[in-house]
Amino acid sequence: MGSALELRSVTFAFGQRTVLDRISLSVSAGECVALLGANGSGKTTLLRLAAGLLRPLSGEVFVAGSPASAGRADLGLAFQDARLLDWRSALRNVTLPLELARMSIADARVVASEALARVSATAIADRSPNELSGGQRQRVALARALVRRPSLILLDEPFAALDAPTRGRLDEELPELIGGAAALFVTHDVAEALLVADRVLLLSDRGVIGAEVAGFRSLPLAERRRALRSTDGLAVQTSLLAVLNGAVDA
Amino acid sequence: MRSLSRALPLLLAVLLLLIWEVGTRISGIAPFILPPPSLVAARFAQAWGDGTMIRHLIPTVLEVTIGGLLGGLLGLLIGVGLGLSGAARRLASPYLVAAQSTPILALGPLLVLWFGPGAAAKIAICALITLFPVAIATLVAIRDADRGLLELGRTLGASPLQSLLLIRLPSARSGIFAGARVAATLAVVGAIVGEWLGGSSGLGVLVNLARGSLFDTPLLFAALIQIAILGASAYALVLAAERLSGKIQR
Repeated sequence: MGSALELRSVTFAFGQRTVLDRISLSVSAGECVALLGANGSGKTTLLRLAAGLLRPLSGEVFVAGSPASAGRADLGLAFQDARLLDWRSALRNVTLPLELARMSIADARVVASEALARVSATAIADRSPNELSGGQRQRVALARALVRRPSLILLDEPFAALDAPTRGRLDEELPELIGGAAALFVTHDVAEALLVADRVLLLSDRGVIGAEVAGFRSLPLAERRRALRSTDGLAVQTSLLAVLNGAVDA
Repeated sequence: MRSLSRALPLLLAVLLLLIWEVGTRISGIAPFILPPPSLVAARFAQAWGDGTMIRHLIPTVLEVTIGGLLGGLLGLLIGVGLGLSGAARRLASPYLVAAQSTPILALGPLLVLWFGPGAAAKIAICALITLFPVAIATLVAIRDADRGLLELGRTLGASPLQSLLLIRLPSARSGIFAGARVAATLAVVGAIVGEWLGGSSGLGVLVNLARGSLFDTPLLFAALIQIAILGASAYALVLAAERLSGKIQR
């Protein structure tokens, strides 16, 4: 399978502070990779490089074999804050990417309704974002990221601001929600990373990949939680947390 | 409780009118100094009945409408241009502030000299007086558009024009309409000032006539009330346009 995303020896710095140091990683088509790291480890910077919002100081970033650039139709992005347009209904927020691609409003409404249905948000289609809960807002943001059926979706801690039950529910649903798209999921929550991803990469200080473990995404829904609570699952979480804490202490 | 709080402003108006009526009658103040409200109301009705009011109201309404729309549109264009371009902002801001701090009364004679004593000078004054609040409000609202939403537009491939039309302008709607609300009442002021400086019809002319040659203080009050109604109507129209635009955006 080809790479949906590939970073080749990428370095990035804010002024004198190196955030990512010659990092290389690859996400295969259809694969979900979780990028785990403490605050300030460079996770979001890496995601912004993949989205073409930042350019690396050195190295190369490829999306589906071509250099990363902002505004690609084959790339979806969901932010930590849902970034909904408050003056539009939930449905019209999801039609936005289609309108920008010059699809007619009537057609865009049909496609956006399907996307909202995929994230179980049909009932809130006509509601204003101001009337939505945090979880509902993120569902709408996910539908917007998925509406053009991208081959790669970048998720920047999309559920970080949600309460624990909502977050847990969305974590369980996410693998089905993103369907066959490849995904890079940024989080600092070890259990969440294991739950949603095929592969978990731990980003330690200065953006070096510190560890890599298999996630539970390929398991059936009921098995994922069980795997997380199993002896092996707990051991993996403990070891990842130890590396994470070590990175923070360092 | 809610209906009582809504009725309170009306009750206050009735109370003030009663005090005014009783006060003028008890104190024996001459009607040409301060006419009682009953006399003003009768004169107001008479002026409407004999066609005096409508004859002077129509030119003022036309000047306010044409001048206000012209100034509002120009203010919007200038505000958008300056809001988008930091260089243009730095270049034009001192002149904008200087022009705004020049009293329109001082500019009036010059505009009458240039445009003549007809409607054109009054329209120009209305346009000038409405241009600045709309331009400043638009400038600030466009300049301070949510960075997160603009970045969202970039990730979705929005062109600069799409970003302006679908993100910046809609998010600036409240700010722009705040400027338009101020401008609506100022447009009426501009028209009256223009009519004072010369002309044969308009509410400003009626005020001058009632004060000067006719020495008809009740008519003066009736004209002032009509001006206040016009200002309030212009304000209400802008509010209605704001609500309508909000519904269209959804």
